[in-house]
Amino acid sequence: MEGGAAAQLRMFSKEARSGIFGRIARGELGVLQVLIGLALIWTVFQLANDRFLSAVNLTNLMLQITAVGTISVGVVLVLLLGEIDLSIGAVSGLAAGVMGVLTVQHGLSPELAILAGLLVGTAIGLFNGFMVTYFGIPSFVVTLAGLLAWQGALLAVLGKTGTINFPPSTITDLTSTFYGAGVGWTLAVAVTAATLASGLMTRRRRQAADLEPPPLAGILLRTVAVGVAVFVAVAILLSDRGIPLAVLILLVLVAGFAFITQRTRFGRHIYAVGGNAEAARRAGIKINRVRIMVFMLGSTLAAAGGILAASRLISVNQASGSGDLLLDAIAGPVIAGTSLFGGRGSVWTALLGALVIGSISNGMDLLGLNSDVKYMITGGVLLAAVTLDALARRQRSQVQVT
Amino acid sequence: MNPRMARGDAKPKEAGNGGGSAEHLLALRGFSKSFGPVRALHEVDFEVDSGEIVALVGDNGAGKSTLIKAIDGVQPPDAGQAYFDGKPVRISDPRTAERMGIATVFQDLALCDNLDVVANLFLGKEVVGHNNVPVHLMDEVEMEQRSKQLLEDLSVTTLGSVRTTVGSLSGGQRQSVAIARTMVGEPKVILFDEPTAALGVSQTAQVLALVKRLADEGLGVVMISHNLDDVFQVADRIIVLRLGERVATFDREKTTPDQVVSSITGADTAEMRRLENE
Repeated sequence: MEGGAAAQLRMFSKEARSGIFGRIARGELGVLQVLIGLALIWTVFQLANDRFLSAVNLTNLMLQITAVGTISVGVVLVLLLGEIDLSIGAVSGLAAGVMGVLTVQHGLSPELAILAGLLVGTAIGLFNGFMVTYFGIPSFVVTLAGLLAWQGALLAVLGKTGTINFPPSTITDLTSTFYGAGVGWTLAVAVTAATLASGLMTRRRRQAADLEPPPLAGILLRTVAVGVAVFVAVAILLSDRGIPLAVLILLVLVAGFAFITQRTRFGRHIYAVGGNAEAARRAGIKINRVRIMVFMLGSTLAAAGGILAASRLISVNQASGSGDLLLDAIAGPVIAGTSLFGGRGSVWTALLGALVIGSISNGMDLLGLNSDVKYMITGGVLLAAVTLDALARRQRSQVQVT
Repeated sequence: MNPRMARGDAKPKEAGNGGGSAEHLLALRGFSKSFGPVRALHEVDFEVDSGEIVALVGDNGAGKSTLIKAIDGVQPPDAGQAYFDGKPVRISDPRTAERMGIATVFQDLALCDNLDVVANLFLGKEVVGHNNVPVHLMDEVEMEQRSKQLLEDLSVTTLGSVRTTVGSLSGGQRQSVAIARTMVGEPKVILFDEPTAALGVSQTAQVLALVKRLADEGLGVVMISHNLDDVFQVADRIIVLRLGERVATFDREKTTPDQVVSSITGADTAEMRRLENE
């Protein structure tokens, strides 16, 4: 008994040292850092142009990031494995192209066409995963080949017309549907209540199990923070066109995959494979199955992003999925703290990263800057973010030595 | 003592239809393994009892690792019979070994640095909550509780929080986690491959104390080590392999490191030293 008490004391003192300030210093509170960075970016653009933080522009911003954000969710999953998928842009374009051709030229119902587009992504992911696991080809190479090949496939699918325009349908509704006050406030209340309830439930369970419970103040702080954010966001969106369906889709995907990666065995195994594949294999985890599943999810989410992008543009053309889409989708999560080397990061970085990159792009558009400046600034921000991460990691490894 | 006698002793037992193996927790009879023309193990007998620490020593290439791999199913032998609890068994793969109750603590630890202690302890054996959801939701509370209990049982108190990331632990702490992890499957025999290699003095002491505690709790412990100091601190019996054969068995209390060294190298060093002195 005495030994147990002593051990617990030791544990508490250790816990105290790893308090919030220590964690900031070691860069473990990545989310907070990114939020501070985002606040900084928003302040600068608001000062430069007071339309930046208007309801109209913020709604536009949210709509602009849905496609990239959705693709980034898949990118995070692949990055957590320690792999990379460079074909996501091309896959997003191809999926949208297949969807467009099927519904516009072959008269398939929009819903089935969307499903077909998603399945194109799933199939390509299966292929990528198979090549990586069965033949042991680095994912970098497999998906680099895919980047070219699927772009070619898009051209072939589109044929001579080159562009497909969508008549109003479920496909265009994806990004042009807005919900009113009823849905908005219900969601805000539900999200806030769910945050509080899950916090209290975890606390109760840990208390019942005689484990150190999370402090009540922390749960309340979290609930208030989430509540304020959600209510403010809903209020802003409602003062313009309403709550966009596309944004809800993105948020559900992010929250859903965050839940899967953090709470399920499958999610734990993704982190394990990314952290130490050999250890995972010895622990009895079927690492190749995990890898193939993740590549399939990644490509399916890329397809979903392509479909959202097509819905927003109301068309698919030969340039769909090209340009800076690929780099934005990968840079976003990396800026927000997901490691390129596997095992570290969170699905939330897909949303945060898309917000950062989207804000910069949107703000510079408002200022009327040209692409040359935009590209260079975005590149600079990416480099700065990764440098900060590297510095934090060095700090962390120094802590480890002592 | 003539080292060769030890091996000779075991031979008649084998002939007795494994009857001589009945008293052992785990016994191997006549294990052989070749890699092409290389004879890694030749007719090796081996046994470990409940509550006993057996040290497996020998020079590089003596067959220690091959023997361990034959026991834990990673690399089944070409010939030989294993007995577990007196019953003849076939350890064809690691899963079978694990189910039987044979666990291995690997030399390179095989931990995931990016995960916390709890996640590492339950890696691949995550406790899934009793819920009606189709996905396998992990029961973190249950796992954390069992982790704490497990570490407490093993008297591992230096870890701090069980939610610490393993990558930030010291070598000794990592070794403790690796050992504790094998205990999640509640094994009966635990194999260590160089448990103290690359550890500092106090960390080595920690790990050896842990090894001893496992034996005190009734586990059969097999330990490969190059470090005779460690071996003499904890082992009950010392089995020497040389060139794939078991050449000697020593009772730790009735032997000296010199005798073990001479057996490992195949030279009677005490004799040589006496000659040098003259």
